[in-house]
Amino acid sequence: MLLAAAPDPSQLLPAREQMAFTLGFHIIIVPFGVAFTAITMIANYRGIKHGDADALLLAQRWSKVAAVLFAVGAVSGTVLSFEMGLLWPGLMQRFGAAYGIPFAVEGIFFFLEAIFVAIYIYGWTRLSPWTHFWTGLPVVLSGIGGTLSVVAANSWMNSPGGITMRGGRVVDVDVWRVFFNKAFWYESLHMLLAAYVVAGFGVAGVYAFGMLRGRRDRYHRIGLLVPLTVGAVAIPLQIFMGDVIARAVYHDEPAKFAAIEALPHTGTHVPENLGGVLSNGHVRFAIPLPDGASLLSGFSPSTRILGLDAIPKAVRPPDHLVNVVHLAFDVMVGTGFLLLGLALWFALGWWKHRAERPSAWFLRATAISGVVSVISLETGWVVTEVGRQPWTVVGLLLTRNAVQTSGNIWPFFAGAVVIYAGVTVGAVLALRALRRRWAAGEDVATPYGPDDENEPASVP
Amino acid sequence: MTTLVALALLLGVVLYGVFGGADFGTGLWDLTAGGAARGRGPRELIDHAIGPVWEANHTWLIFCLVVLWSGFPTAFAAIMTTQYIPLGIAAFGIVLRGSAFAFRKVSMRTAEQQVNGLVFAASSVLTPFCFGAVVGGIAAGRVPSAGHGDQVTSWLNPTSVLGGVLAVLTCGYLAAAFLSAEAERRHDVELEAWTQRRAIGAAIAAGVVAVVGLFVLDHDAHRLYVHLWRNGWPCLVVSVLAGIGALVLIVRRRPLLVRPLGVLAVAAVLAGWAVAQYPYLLGTHLTLAQGAAPAATMDALAVIAGLAAVLVGPSLVYLFVLADRGRLSGETPPS
Ligand code: HDD
Ligand code: HEM
Ligand code: HEM
Repeated sequence: MLLAAAPDPSQLLPAREQMAFTLGFHIIIVPFGVAFTAITMIANYRGIKHGDADALLLAQRWSKVAAVLFAVGAVSGTVLSFEMGLLWPGLMQRFGAAYGIPFAVEGIFFFLEAIFVAIYIYGWTRLSPWTHFWTGLPVVLSGIGGTLSVVAANSWMNSPGGITMRGGRVVDVDVWRVFFNKAFWYESLHMLLAAYVVAGFGVAGVYAFGMLRGRRDRYHRIGLLVPLTVGAVAIPLQIFMGDVIARAVYHDEPAKFAAIEALPHTGTHVPENLGGVLSNGHVRFAIPLPDGASLLSGFSPSTRILGLDAIPKAVRPPDHLVNVVHLAFDVMVGTGFLLLGLALWFALGWWKHRAERPSAWFLRATAISGVVSVISLETGWVVTEVGRQPWTVVGLLLTRNAVQTSGNIWPFFAGAVVIYAGVTVGAVLALRALRRRWAAGEDVATPYGPDDENEPASVP
Repeated sequence: MTTLVALALLLGVVLYGVFGGADFGTGLWDLTAGGAARGRGPRELIDHAIGPVWEANHTWLIFCLVVLWSGFPTAFAAIMTTQYIPLGIAAFGIVLRGSAFAFRKVSMRTAEQQVNGLVFAASSVLTPFCFGAVVGGIAAGRVPSAGHGDQVTSWLNPTSVLGGVLAVLTCGYLAAAFLSAEAERRHDVELEAWTQRRAIGAAIAAGVVAVVGLFVLDHDAHRLYVHLWRNGWPCLVVSVLAGIGALVLIVRRRPLLVRPLGVLAVAAVLAGWAVAQYPYLLGTHLTLAQGAAPAATMDALAVIAGLAAVLVGPSLVYLFVLADRGRLSGETPPS
C-alpha cells in the first residue's frame, strides 16, 4: 500500500500506538492545567471582592482538584518528553536543533506554572487573601505561554521553516522562524481556546450532574454558572477560529486538506461531504452539500481544490488513514456545533428567565458537554496528526525514518497501557474521596494512619 | 557558547540531582517507615515537606532533557537508542510516583493510602537507581556516538550499578537531611532524631560505597578514574569535607548548615564527574564541540537559560522561602 518500496520498520506500529495513546491521555488533562486555574480565579475573585462564601469555597475545592490533575498532567507530560527520544530518535537527532527550541521555551513556562500552582494550592490560609489571589495569575499566564510553545513545536512539524539543511543535516537555524512558523498562530490559539472550552464545559458538567441529583443550592448553581460562562464565551470564538484554520490548511497543507475532505480527484465545484468513507477512489455513504467545500475554502463554487491524486504516489496516504482524518474532522465540527447550540441555549433561555430553576434537559445536556468537548479535542488532534502522515516533518522526514530502531517497543506500550489505566483508576478514586470528604463537610487533610484514627481533626 | 550551554546543562543535572534527589529520597524513608500506625509521623512529615515543592523539583529533569536534545541532539539520540530500557523504566517510575503521591494525599481509607504509598515509595527508589545507572553507563563510555549500543551492558555493568546504588543512597541522605530540618522547624524532637539517624546511616553507607567505587572505576572506567584524580580531585576533596562537615553538624544538632553542606557534597561529586569527562560528551568519541547543534541554536539556548535564571530563579526562591516558613500548609480555612 503506502510506500511500496520497503516494508514498514517493525517498530513503527507500536511506536505510533504508544505515542497516540500517551498524547491522547495527556491532552485530556492539559485543559485543566491551562484553564482551570483561570476559572478558579474568577470564583476566588467573587469570593473575596463580593464576600461570596459559596464562590470562595468552590475556588478552594477546585484548587484541590487541580492539585490532583496537575500532578497527573505533569508526570504524563514528562513521559512524553522521554518518548521524543525513546520512540522518535530519528526526529530528535536530525531536527532536535530546531524542533527542540520551542520545547526549551516551554520548559520555562512549565517551571513557573509548577511553582505558582503549588503556592496557589497550598497558600490558602497563611497568605493574605489578595496576595494569594495574585499568585494564581502567573499560573494562568504560564499556562498560555506553555500552550503556545508546545504547539509551536507541533506546528513546526506541519509547516517546517527557519532551517538550512546541507547533506541531510541542519546547519543553520533561524530560531524566530522556527517558533513563529506559518501554522503557529492558528494552531496555538485554537488549542488555547480548546483548553478553555474543555475545562469550562467539563467543570460545569460536574455541577449540572449534581443538580440533576437534586442538589440545587446556591453553591451548585455558582459551580455551574462560572465555568459554563467561560465555555460558552470560548466556543463561538473557537468555531470562528476553526473556519479560519480550515482555509489556512487549504492554502498551506493541501495534502492534509485533501484528506480532510476525502477528496480523491482535484477539481472545482467540490461538495462538502458529511460523513462517508473513501474506498478505491470513490466516496460512499456521504451526505454531500453541493459546492460546499469550494465555497468554504475560496468563497466561490469554482474554487479549485487539490485532491489526493495530486500527491505523489510514494507519499500518498492510504484510504484508511484518509478516512480516519475525514471522519475525525466531521466529528470535531459536529461536536463543536453541538456545544455552540448548548451555549446559545444557555445565553438565550437560562441566563434571563430561569436562573433559579434550570430545566432538567438543559442540565442533562450540560452534564455531558464535558465529554462532548473532549471528543472535539481528541478528534481535532487526530486530524492534525494523522493528517500529516506519512510525514513527521512535512516534506523533510517520513515517520518511518523517525522511529526508534533498537530493541522492542511492544512491552513498553503494554506497560504504558497498564500504568495509565492504573493512574486513571487512582485519579477517579482520589477525586471521589475528595467529594466524599466534602459531602461530610470536611475540608482539611487527613493524616495518614489506621482508619480509626482518621477522624477529621478539628481546625483551630 | 557551547561551553556555556554545557555548563547550563551541568547546572541542571546538579540541581535535579540535589532537589529531585532529596525528593526521591523521601520515598526510601517512606518505604521503610513501618506499618500504618508506626509510620504515621514520618509519612506526614514527608508529605508536608515535599507536597508543595515536588513538581518544581522535577521540572529540572525537563530542563535537562530539552537542553540536551536541542543543544546536543546526537548525544541525546545515542543515549535514547542505547539505554532505552532504564530510561523507559524511569519514565514509568516518574508517572507512578507523582500520581500515587498526589492520590495518597487525598485518599481516606487506610488501604488506599497504603497502596498509593507503596507505589510512591517503591518507584522513588527504582527511578533514581535507573538514572544513576544511565549516568554510570555514559561515564564508563558505553554509549557509542551512533547510538544502538548494547541494550543491557550499557546500564548493567559495574560502573552503572555503582551509579545506581550511589544515587539511591545520596537521595536518601539528602532527604533525611532536609527532613530533619523540617522536623526541627516543627520542634518535633522525636522525628528530628528519627531523621538524623537515617541521615547519618545513609551518609556512612554512601561514603563506603564511594570508596569501594573508586576501585570499580579503576577497573571498569579507567579513563574516568585517571582524570578524576588528575583534574577532578578538588571536587572530590570538597565533597568529602562537606560530607563530613554535614555529619558533624547533624551529630552536634546544629541544623542550620546541614542542608547547604549536604547539597555541596552531592553537587561536588556530579561536578567531579563532569570535569573528569571533559571535553567528551560520550566516551572518547564525541566531544562537546562535535556534538553541538548549530551556533544559532546554542545562542538561543543560552538566552533561554538566562531567561530561566531570571524568571524561574526568584520564583523558586519565593516558593522555598514560603515553604520553609510554613506558609504553604495545604489547609483551607474552616467554612
Ligand atoms: C474543543 C475543541 C475543538 C472544537 C470545538 C473545534 N476544534 Fe478544530 N481542533 C481542535 C479542537 C477543536 C484541536 C485542539 O484538537 C486541534 C488539533 C491541533 C490544533 O491546533 O487544534 C484542532 C485542529 C483543527 C484543524 C487542523 C489544523 C491543522 O492540522 O493544522 C482544523 C482544520 C480545524 N481544527 C477546524 C475546526 C473547525 C472548522 C471547527 C468548527 C466547528 C473546529 N475545528 C472546532
Ligand atoms: C497540545 C499539546 C500540549 C499542551 C497544550 C500541553 C500543555 C501542558 C500543560 C498545561 C502542562 C502543565 C501540567 C498540567 O497540565 O497538569 C503540561 C505538562 C507537561 N507537558 Fe504537556 N502539553 C502538550 C503536549 C505535550 C508534548 C507533546 C510534550 C512533550 C513532548 C509535553 C510535555 C510536557 C511536560 C514535560 C510536562 C510536565 C511539566 C512539569 O514538570 O510541570 N506536553 N503540558
Ligand atoms: C504539541 C503537541 C504535540 C507534538 C509535539 C506531537 C508530536 C508527535 C510526534 C513526534 C509523533 C510521531 C511522528 C508521527 O507519527 O508523525 C506524533 C504522532 C501522533 N500524535 Fe502527536 N504530538 C502532539 C500532540 C498530539 C495530541 C494532543 C494528540 C492527541 C490525541 C496527538 C496524537 C497523535 C497521533 C494519533 C499520532 C500518530 C499518528 C500516526 O502515526 O498515524 N498528538 N505526534
